[in-house]
Order: sequence, then C-alpha cells, then structure tokens
Amino acid sequence: MSLYAYESQVRPALTTEEVKDYHQITEDIVRPIEASPSRLWWIGFLVSVACLTLGVVSVYTQVVYGVGQWNLNRTVGWGWDITNFVWWVGIGHAGTLISAILLLFRQGWRTGVNRAAEAMTIFAVMCAGQFPIWHMGRVWMAFFVMPYPNTRGALWPNFNSPLLWDVFAISTYFTVSLLFWYSGLIPDLATVRDRAKLKWRKLMYGVLSFGWSGSTKHWQRHEALSLVLAGLSTPLVLSVHTIVSFDFATSVIPGWHTTIFPPYFVAGAIFSGFAMVQTLLLVTRKVLKLEDYITMEHIEVMNKVIVLTGSIVGVAYLTELFIAWYGQNKFENWAFFQNRANIFSPLGWSYYIMMGCNVLSPQIFWFRKMRRNLTVTFFMSIIVNIGMWFERFVIIVTSIYRDYIPSSWSTYYRPTIWEVGFYIGTFGLFFTCYFLFSKFFPVIAIHEIRHILKKSGEVYKEKMGDAEKESVDEFAHEYAHAH
Amino acid sequence: MSVKKFVVGIFTDEQVLFPAVKKVRSAGYKIHDVYTPMPIHGLDDALGLRQTSLHTAGFIYGITGTTTALSGIGWIFNSDWPQNFGGKSHFDLPAWIPITFELTVLFSAVGMVLTFCYLCQIAPFVRKHHFNLRATDDQFTMVIECTEKSNESEISAFLASVGAVGINTQIAETGWWLGRYDSELPPLGQKGLI
Repeated sequence: MSLYAYESQVRPALTTEEVKDYHQITEDIVRPIEASPSRLWWIGFLVSVACLTLGVVSVYTQVVYGVGQWNLNRTVGWGWDITNFVWWVGIGHAGTLISAILLLFRQGWRTGVNRAAEAMTIFAVMCAGQFPIWHMGRVWMAFFVMPYPNTRGALWPNFNSPLLWDVFAISTYFTVSLLFWYSGLIPDLATVRDRAKLKWRKLMYGVLSFGWSGSTKHWQRHEALSLVLAGLSTPLVLSVHTIVSFDFATSVIPGWHTTIFPPYFVAGAIFSGFAMVQTLLLVTRKVLKLEDYITMEHIEVMNKVIVLTGSIVGVAYLTELFIAWYGQNKFENWAFFQNRANIFSPLGWSYYIMMGCNVLSPQIFWFRKMRRNLTVTFFMSIIVNIGMWFERFVIIVTSIYRDYIPSSWSTYYRPTIWEVGFYIGTFGLFFTCYFLFSKFFPVIAIHEIRHILKKSGEVYKEKMGDAEKESVDEFAHEYAHAH
Repeated sequence: MSVKKFVVGIFTDEQVLFPAVKKVRSAGYKIHDVYTPMPIHGLDDALGLRQTSLHTAGFIYGITGTTTALSGIGWIFNSDWPQNFGGKSHFDLPAWIPITFELTVLFSAVGMVLTFCYLCQIAPFVRKHHFNLRATDDQFTMVIECTEKSNESEISAFLASVGAVGINTQIAETGWWLGRYDSELPPLGQKGLI
C-alpha cells in the first residue's frame, strides 16, 4: 500500500476546503489558547463556578449533618445519587468510544472530535465518582474500600461484590482515560510551547509538554502506545458499564434482576455520551470558530450513532416488558406493569418521559435533513440526556419505591434541595473543567488533523496525482534495516 | 550526552523529505534525527529504525496485573482471611474476573506510559535542545551530524541539492537536562540544574 493510497470513496473530506496547510491548522486551533478569553467564555465559566459552589455547599451540609439531609428512605435507598452516578459514567463512554474503538476501526473522522470527547470522558467520570463517595456518609473512611494490609485485623473488602468491582472499574477507567488523553496531548502542548511568546506560557507549556521534540523514533513509539492503549480501552469501556449494570443485575430486586442489563447499559451509555458530545461540540465549534474541523459530516455521523444506539435501547426496553409478561413472575410483572408502565402510578410519568425522549424522538434522525440541522441536533442532544437521566431514575427508583411490603409504600420519594444542589454542583464541576480545558488546551488533536490532511483535504486531492506516482513504500522497503 | 556539531536542513513537504532521506543516507551521511510535526508512516523504515518493542512491554505488564489480581484475591480469600459468603466457594473464580480484568488493563496502561516516557526520555522539567521551533508546527527538520569524514559546507550544499528550504549549522547538546523553557539556554557543556 502506498503511503497516500487510502482515500475513502464514499465519505467526503474530513476538513473543509478552507484548510490548506499545516501552519493554518496550528493557527486555527491554537488561536483560542493564545487570545484572551471572550466575554462569553467568562460568563460560562463564572456560571459554572457558581454551580460548583452550590455543589460544595450541598455536600458540606450533607457531610456535617449526615445522609439524612437527603430524602432517601426505607425502600428508596438509592435515589438521585446513584441515578446521577450512572448517568455521568454513561456520558463518559462516548469519549472512549470515539478515541479508542473508532481508532481501531480506522474511522478518520474521529480526529476532529476525539480530544474534546476524551476530555468530556475524564470530567464526566470525575463527576460520577462524587456520588458513591459522598453517599458513603462517613466519607473520611472512603479509603476502606481499597484493599491493603490494615490494622483492622487485615480485614479485606469483598472481592465478589459488584460494588467493589465498580471501585476497580471506575478508578481504572479514569486512570487509563487520563493517560490516553494526556499522551495524545503531549505533542500538541509542544506546539503551543514552541509558539509561546510570554514567559508564563513558555514555563507552563514547557512543563506540560514533557520536553517533546517530535523525533521520528518518539513518534513511532507514540503511535504504538496510542494503538495499544486503544486496544486496552475498548474492552475496558465495555467492562465499565457492564460492571455498573452488575450493581443492579446481580441483585434480586424485581426490575433489576435482568440478564440483558450489560449490553443494554453499554448501548445507553454510548447513546447519552454522544448526545453530550453533540451538546459540547456544537457550542465549541461555534464559539472557537472551528467549523472547518468539526464539520457537518461529523455532526451527521454522530447523529447516526445516536439513532442506532437509541434504537438498541428501545429494543431493550421492549424486551424487558415482554419478558416481564412472558416470565409470569408476579413480582417482576408488578415492577414493570404497575410501577413503571402504569401511567397512573405515582412515578409512572417518568417511564413515559424515558420512552418519549430515548426511543421515539431520536427516530427523527432517520432523515438526512434533520441529521444536518444544527438546531434540531442541539435540541435533540438535550432531550436525549434528559431521557437517559430518566432511564436511570426509572430503573433505580421505580424498582424499589413500592416493594414487597405495602406498608412502606406511603413514602413517596422526592429529592431535597441538597440532592438537587449536589447534582447541579457536578454540572458546575464538569463545565468548570471543560471551560478551563477549552481555554488552555488544544480542543482538537492538532497532530492528528495534520496527519489526515493530505489523505482527505480537498486542496490536496487535486495535487496528489503526480505525488502518488513515486511510491514511498518501495523506497522504505528497500532501505529498511539497511545500515 | 555530549556537545556536537550538526547541520540542520528544513523541509516543508514530506514529498520532498522522503527522497531527501533516501539520498542523504545513500551518500553516507549520518542522520542524527528527523523531527516532524506529526507521525509520518514509513519514515522510521526509511531512516532504518527498528520497530519498537513497546507492545511486548505492554503485554508483560498486563500479565503481571493478571497474576497480581488472581494471586492476591486467591491468597486473601483462601489463606489470609477465609470468609464465608453464603456458603459459596472460597475459590470463586468467575466472581474474580472483573477485578482481574481491570487490574490487567491498569497495569498494562500505566506500565506502558511510564516505559514510553522512559524510552523517549520525556518528563516534566526535562529540557532538550530544539533545532527548529517550527518542527512542532509545519516544518520537517533533518539533522545531520558532522563527523570526521564529513564537513559542514559539504553537507549544507548536499542538503540544498536535495530540496531543503532552510539550512543552518548548530552546536548542540544531544541529550536532555533538567530545565525550564522560560529560561535562556545555558552555555554549552554546563547543563546542570535549571
């Protein structure tokens, strides 16, 4: 295969014809970092910090006065906290799908969006982690979940418990995502460092870029590292939401005790994650003027993923309902047909919000015109995330709020202000991190865009004829290992 | 780590760079390194670099993780503190798979990244001599070492003939030192702390 032999016959160029050379790519992507932040950025950042402050106050109250500050009760032991946990973890999954799975499948379009999506993954997992940690109540003993030889008689955690699997899964996922993201950032941070004029910039990006030089040997290792990390992250991302689903599936609660949970949760996670990627990138490309790199093609492709995964989730919902009826287990039947599908039951409305937002509304993306409509895409990305939040709420709360003992049914679960404040606080954390990221780090992988430019840039396609006649690989083969 | 003299040739197009690498190597000059703003497939072969063994390292770290998890959990549940969970087996392998898998991935990823940093000698506060600041932007930089057999003007002329758009000579430290990018380069041969 010649060096430039690959060119997709069916896909349009990955960058628009406005992108002409390497230097322009650097200029376009580094510009927002070197310019002072816009008024819009400041407004967004300050609002995020305000939300984060609310979250800190909510968590402080909960720690000082105890978990009783939340409205969790006798049957609803998991409420907003675990709903939010699963929702945030799910959002993270799209980033890894884009950065790892699409790398293995050689999907060139990932280069425009992978950096921001991976950042989203890391911030989302940070937010997710807050919920189980603060839910512990005595948070100062959180380290008890880690296995280490201790003075409590060397008492170990239960390695057979899905909750401990979660500890390992989430912390591994966070670590590996961070390493993958940062190893990709190093060459781009070196680009920013070498352009820097200000002293503090030279210092900061000098430290962050680890002294990267762009040596051929380093690039060779960098490519090997990216490929293997992608290979590791692919089963990892599937395992993480599988293990999150085990938190429910390995229990004996009707509505949770379901074997289809792992694939159903993974599809849902990718579904909601892509919606969040759309929300973020539609704003990012507009504000940072990156429409030449995050093109309409990217948005359309992601909408296709949304309609696919949304439909998988829909099939899973219907399968659950069918099995609840077909299985003839009266408790299962009660959980599905009374607690959920009965619109007149106390929380029945949430089931229909879930169905409407996740199954019905994404079907609009069967139409090309809708997939390429920015307003519709933005609106749908919000709708999908509302729907996916309700999916977790339905699974968690409606399965337990009316259990085997009717005497405990009277306690209708609704969150307190501190539960809501905590949730808003994680939005604050997420967006504060994202705003800082978009200001100080290149939001698009510069070296990866350079790499695909000649393969897919419109301008280069016209000039490629002559260049392709001389095969570089023949030469490379001839001289390989000849010293 | 030593101070050497280099001739630096700057290219703006990889279509020119590849034949140039070929010609420079055929002529017998010693290419110190080629610095590029993005990975260029085939350039490592053209330079005669061998394939990296980083994958193998990753595999070894991975099986270390697997072994750690299985032996750790096995020892804890069977020997150190054998607890009875509802009469289940003490050697409950299927229930250990999730943690074993996670530790395999964790060890492999962390180990590989650290190995990568070690092999490339990169870390925070590590500073190197950069021959061309636009090597991380849009230019391809070929650095040829001046040896006893070759002289500077000869190499410069040769680089010009193979299509380099900018040529200069630099005396530089080949290794790295602890330093910051906001300070001036220290005098050659005195590259100590900061």
